[in-house]
Amino acid sequence: MTISKFVTYEPSIAQTIIDDFKAKPGALLPLLHALQDRFSYIPNESIPLIATALMLSRAEVHGVISFYHHFRTQQPGRHVVEICRAEACQAVGARQLEHHAKQTLHLDYHQTTTDNTITLEPVYCLGNCSCGPSVRVGNDIHANMDPHAFDALVERLKTDLLEVLQ
Amino acid sequence: MMYHVYVPSDTTAKALGADRLARLMAIMAAEQGIELNIKRNGTRAMYWLEPLVEVETAQGRFGFGPVKETDLASLFAAKFWLGEVDHPLALGLVEDIDYLKKQQRLTFSRVGVIDPVCLEDYRSHYGFKGLENALNLSPQALVDQIKASGLRGRGGAAFPTGIKWQTVLDAPTEQKYIVCNADEGDSGTFADRLVMECDPFMLIEGMIIAGLAVGATQGYIYLRSEYPLAHLTLEKAIAIAYENNLLGPNILGCPQCFHLEVRLGAGAYICGEETSLLESLEGKRGLVRAKPPLPAIVGLFGKPTVVNNVLSLAAVPFILDKGAKAYADCGMGRSRGTLPFQLAGNVKRGGLVELAFGPTLRELMFDFGGGTRSGRPLRAVQVGGPLGAYLPDSQWDTQLDYEAFAKANAVLGHGGVVLFDDTVDMGEQARFSMAFCAVESCGKCTPCRIGSTRGVEVIDRIRAGENIEGNLALLSDLCETMIDGSLCAMGGMTPFPVQSAIKYFHEDFVKHSAPLSSAVSITNKQEV
Ligand SMILES: Cc1cc2nc3c(=O)[nH]c(=O)nc-3n(C[C@H](O)[C@H](O)[C@H](O)COP(=O)(O)O)c2cc1C
Ligand code: SF4
Repeated sequence: MTISKFVTYEPSIAQTIIDDFKAKPGALLPLLHALQDRFSYIPNESIPLIATALMLSRAEVHGVISFYHHFRTQQPGRHVVEICRAEACQAVGARQLEHHAKQTLHLDYHQTTTDNTITLEPVYCLGNCSCGPSVRVGNDIHANMDPHAFDALVERLKTDLLEVLQ
Repeated sequence: MMYHVYVPSDTTAKALGADRLARLMAIMAAEQGIELNIKRNGTRAMYWLEPLVEVETAQGRFGFGPVKETDLASLFAAKFWLGEVDHPLALGLVEDIDYLKKQQRLTFSRVGVIDPVCLEDYRSHYGFKGLENALNLSPQALVDQIKASGLRGRGGAAFPTGIKWQTVLDAPTEQKYIVCNADEGDSGTFADRLVMECDPFMLIEGMIIAGLAVGATQGYIYLRSEYPLAHLTLEKAIAIAYENNLLGPNILGCPQCFHLEVRLGAGAYICGEETSLLESLEGKRGLVRAKPPLPAIVGLFGKPTVVNNVLSLAAVPFILDKGAKAYADCGMGRSRGTLPFQLAGNVKRGGLVELAFGPTLRELMFDFGGGTRSGRPLRAVQVGGPLGAYLPDSQWDTQLDYEAFAKANAVLGHGGVVLFDDTVDMGEQARFSMAFCAVESCGKCTPCRIGSTRGVEVIDRIRAGENIEGNLALLSDLCETMIDGSLCAMGGMTPFPVQSAIKYFHEDFVKHSAPLSSAVSITNKQEV
């Protein structure tokens, strides 16, 4: 079994992170990354804290969060599975892979399986363009992801064997 | 006796199992009592051979690849650590492999050769020679070197780097910035990633020299969040550079100073556009700024800023080490030096091919790439990322040169070459271009924000066989409006792949039984 690298939201933890970052020039993006890296998402409760520290309005903070595809304000499943939708992967079957993934997981993009294991997300390019289709889970990139390889990956994720195996 | 073996460690090699391979190799070596020193190099970026295991010998490095876990037993039985042994995966001397031998690796000379974060490796391969020279030159002399090299920006727009630097040098401000554009958003490109994962000190050296040249003491690398390994490698390399007085207040003991920090993007393609990138670095939404003023005059936090692509900055150490002439001697016409091309998509031998400008696209795709991975006929190729044109057979003899491509209504961009076989549906590709623009538009101007959405709808009607000629005319008008009325190249160039698809692959738009009913198309439609 793996131990989650994320922690449950606590205002005091959020405040500590905010204090670490607020003095940086252009602090907002690094700060949002740090919060999402810690909690797996940016809880709505943290937005007033961010706004106060950076002297922004809540709407401005919301505006930034919603502009960037990477940031989310809902807690995702244990694993975020990102499928590359870009041209180089399209050329080797990414459209079929997306279709297969949605069918077998009974999900559309931005949704999470009912057992809370997998959140499916699209991504535009992981830089693995000679060996697609490409899929990212956490910090690992997976190459040559045909539907068969995808099923095997999902099986490993469901049993959380991935990090043990690698 | 100790044998030195290399197992690659870039994103693609890892994605193909290189980490596990290295671990299993170490275990087997220990079991059999063989003294193997397993080093992790970057990658040679000959991806059909990855994981490519290399063995150091007196004659050079012998290669084996692609090596799967299940090949280890037979490799050990063949005593692969001796180098020149009989084995089905034996490739001979790596440097003699045609794909590598026929390249002009100026910028990529160390990539795949050294341990990416080993300062000693870097130093022993001409590392910091350019910086040492630069520390003895005046800022103007440095800028003159870059001008003389003929280097043009490798991020897409091909603007002369020396002229950009001159503008920033001439700006009479205390605080200036060097910003490295490492957003590498184009599908089919990974050369920036390779620099950062396989030779990060080269980028750091290039940025320090840029700082010396224009009088900037702070640099930022704006890195896409989709590159976790590049992030890790850069952070390691920057820490090592600080420890060794390469960054900080006294560069190599000289009075000059340069600080460097990595900042992560957050999955927005438009943030690769330089003014959107600056907004993002300032902690805002990535809305494109109107130009002028140029970032070179009013850039990051309102200060004069050099924004350069990774490859532009990575070319700088070579120029300062070997001289502007050595760089300018390569290439053709106004395209001087080399461009690291990237072969991607449905390609048999994908990877990085650094070439002096001049050969044809066909030579690149066939002599190097070997045609399609599927073995089916090659039908279309998209050069220069998602805003680049789709080119058919009739255009493949175009020379790889900025001006030659412009003449063919195409762009070289960042050098990405994405191959498609004859199963591609160009109607679907055109639709994707518009849909991508709709998702990624910063929203500042109407032709791009609304035009792209309308574009998707019109293409859907065409593909459904609805008033095809009328809708094609409408689409053509829409494309013109986007080209003429968009503030930046996102809206201004999205029509290029669409128009080229219609022009060269007309048959895909006029087949009345367009398979809009296929499940895959429906899925895409729901998504965007
Ligand atoms: C929509 C759009 C996306 C871009 N993406 C990138 C990118 O990912 N990387 C990059 O270096 N340049 C990108 N550019 C080009 C930059 O705006 C800019 O020209 C470049 O960073 C300048 O550096 P260079 O002169 O070294 O090429 C993009 C431009 C546009 C319009
Ligand atoms: S063309 Fe598109 S991306 Fe560029 S400024 Fe206009 S809306 Fe923004």
